[in-house]
Amino acid sequence: MFHIYCPHCAEYREEEEFHAVGQAHIARPADPDACSDKEWGEYMFFRKNPRGIHHELWVHAAGCRKFFNITRDTQNYDIKEVYKIGEKPSVVAE
Amino acid sequence: MSDMNVMTPAEMAATKAAVMDQVPGPEVQGQSPLHHADLASLAKAGTVLGAAAGGIQLREHKLLGHLTLRLNPENTDQLAAAERVLGVALPLQPLTSVEKGSYSVRWMSPDEWLILVPGLEAFDVESRFRDEMGGHYSLVNSSGGSTVLELSGADVVELLKRCTPIDLHPTVFPVGKVVSTVFAKSSAIIRRTGEQRFELVIRRSFSDYIWLWLQEVSREFGLVVKA
Repeated sequence: MFHIYCPHCAEYREEEEFHAVGQAHIARPADPDACSDKEWGEYMFFRKNPRGIHHELWVHAAGCRKFFNITRDTQNYDIKEVYKIGEKPSVVAE
Repeated sequence: MSDMNVMTPAEMAATKAAVMDQVPGPEVQGQSPLHHADLASLAKAGTVLGAAAGGIQLREHKLLGHLTLRLNPENTDQLAAAERVLGVALPLQPLTSVEKGSYSVRWMSPDEWLILVPGLEAFDVESRFRDEMGGHYSLVNSSGGSTVLELSGADVVELLKRCTPIDLHPTVFPVGKVVSTVFAKSSAIIRRTGEQRFELVIRRSFSDYIWLWLQEVSREFGLVVKA
């Protein structure tokens, strides 16, 4: 089990209370109508699957029900940092 | 319309939500979601379920008014308006709660509070909110969606340890702290109201399951239902 820090509740909780939502920082195209099928398809369906540092969106589903971001190492599950929506990660892949 | 948070009284009146009293009145009998369990008879008979020691006391606080308030905590006008209605400021610190008379307010998330009031006062409180508060906010009467159980007794912490992953040690879970968490495969809002007393706000659709669960898990301590 992970102990995950919720930045809104300001304490560590069991992983059971959270859901992983997927890759973070996916920007919606500014003008979807102007997108090619390829651009729109990549925005909708294509996700990173890095080995190492990965930024993910999580939700404290059983707690405050707020979304936040986690920077996680996919090789050893180490959570590098937790930061709120709208903030920038300080730990990034080289 | 101008900015939602800076409105003239005329604009406020024009955007006021329609409020409906969901409770027909004291003359119509309301039923808790645990009506079928007949807790009143169990309390009257003084039956101890499970071990004779009776280390757990269960009391249902049924038919309370549950109001979910959401607003921007940086809007000082709205915070002041909420304080005027409730007589106490909204708790802004995460996982805290306040009580004032028969009203209690729980921090649920940075912009959400759960307010419990006596059942027949819910409409009055809601109406006062509509009068006092302006701008962009949400107030929902969710009284029918949940019920409140109070668990107390010498073994109550041991009991809750079997139900939830939350750390209940007094140093990290003092009196007044409130958490929303998983509880026996369902969920509950747990608040410590005393050293050995906890309040659970549970969903009505899960209340029968939680009642059965509590009987099962408290068997080794003994469960006494109180009126």
